[in-house]
Amino acid sequence: MNISVMLAALPDLLRAVPLTMELVALALLVGLLIALPTALARLSNVAPLRWGATAYVFFFRGTPLLVQIFLIYYGLSQFAAVRSSIAWVILKEPFWCALIALSLNTGAYTAEVFRGGILSVPHNQIEAARAIGMSPVAAFRRVIWPQAIRQALPAYGNEMILMVKASSLASTVTLMEITGVARTLASDTYMPIEIFTTAALIYLCLTYAMAQAIHLVERRLDVTRTRA
Amino acid sequence: MIRKLVTAGALALLSTQGAHAEDIRIATEGAYPPFNLVDESGQIKGFDVDIANALCAEMKADCTIVAQAWDGIIPGLKAGKYDAIIASMSITPERLQAVDFTAPYYIAGAALVAPAASDISFTPSGLDGKTIGVQRATTYATLLKEEFPGAIVKTYDTVENQNLDLTAGRLDGVVAQQVVMYEWLKTDGDSAFAFKGEPIVDPKYIGDGAGIAVNKGNTKLLGELNAALAAIKANGTYAEINASYFPFSIAPK
Repeated sequence: MNISVMLAALPDLLRAVPLTMELVALALLVGLLIALPTALARLSNVAPLRWGATAYVFFFRGTPLLVQIFLIYYGLSQFAAVRSSIAWVILKEPFWCALIALSLNTGAYTAEVFRGGILSVPHNQIEAARAIGMSPVAAFRRVIWPQAIRQALPAYGNEMILMVKASSLASTVTLMEITGVARTLASDTYMPIEIFTTAALIYLCLTYAMAQAIHLVERRLDVTRTRA
Repeated sequence: MIRKLVTAGALALLSTQGAHAEDIRIATEGAYPPFNLVDESGQIKGFDVDIANALCAEMKADCTIVAQAWDGIIPGLKAGKYDAIIASMSITPERLQAVDFTAPYYIAGAALVAPAASDISFTPSGLDGKTIGVQRATTYATLLKEEFPGAIVKTYDTVENQNLDLTAGRLDGVVAQQVVMYEWLKTDGDSAFAFKGEPIVDPKYIGDGAGIAVNKGNTKLLGELNAALAAIKANGTYAEINASYFPFSIAPK
């Protein structure tokens, strides 16, 4: 292990951290916006809604993220119709393609996490809420959701950390995020062990910070803890 | 496979019977078109094979050409299964420890391919500000980085992905091995893309080219092959073979 190579690579790798974080933060945000309606649609009594959401989750949870990124970045661009459409403004850019793939992927997983949380709320509570005159929306907002999110949080935290690591696949569509920079540095220096170890340490810092933040929120939401 | 063996065996038998000329057994890979390949009838052919036959004609030797899997091709030479390898083998310092090489018999440069209508030129100022695709961890990536600092370089895992992005219009051009790009232009490039400028053959980036390998110390054969190579280059045979495969010269300078 050559420490000086690791130190020399550090500035270049750190410069790539904002791009990784931007990608992860935006993907998680968009994924969240997709996940809640999808989870509700999966639990809906309206069959077409249920089918649509089920198909979406089935596809994006059942195929590798790498394949999804390739289909969106290289696949769509092979159609002249796509290239001449207004969508090309977005689909031309590797950043947006990676973001779309990551968002759709995490949206599908998160929808399942939320669905599990919602199902964990005992049905008689919902009946009781309705019996005292709460509207379905109010019952969801005040009874179901606060409990569902507490149940879902550990699994959702897991998904957030998975996304940090999944963002490394964006390097396959030319994005120079942490892994993209690491791969280029490794081929320039012929010192892959040093370079990738440094990159791994940076990822560990990111995921550690994220795990701590999730832990903090979990404690906040834990109503069984006695307040000092 | 069996037929290939039988053919090779029959040829070997014929060549031992006609013992008046020198017998040379030559190995090639047979899986690297258009340089060497085995066709549907089991016949070994390609640029390497044509060069091998031309050299043998020049040396007035009886040659047998056999197909040998790439990973065993140098061990087979050392074990005496054949006398020379003509299989698009790049001359590298590592291989020079194991075998001796003739002078290079071809060298494929780094070429720029861009949309046919583009007025891009393969010069440092010509690529200034242009988005250029290249395969990661290749000599072409190093070349771009060191000689074309003004280019915006995008790196790809494979040449296929790099070419897909060229087709998609995300790139102003790509820099890759000349012959690889020539084959791509023939099959997938339609007429929308073309070579731009002259390929770069600087040994600093693309090495010394492909040579003929012989066993260390086999100076007699090495000398004969080098002399024959110089002869077929001088008498136009090389240029003729070259032209039947590529519209550009891959002859080393």
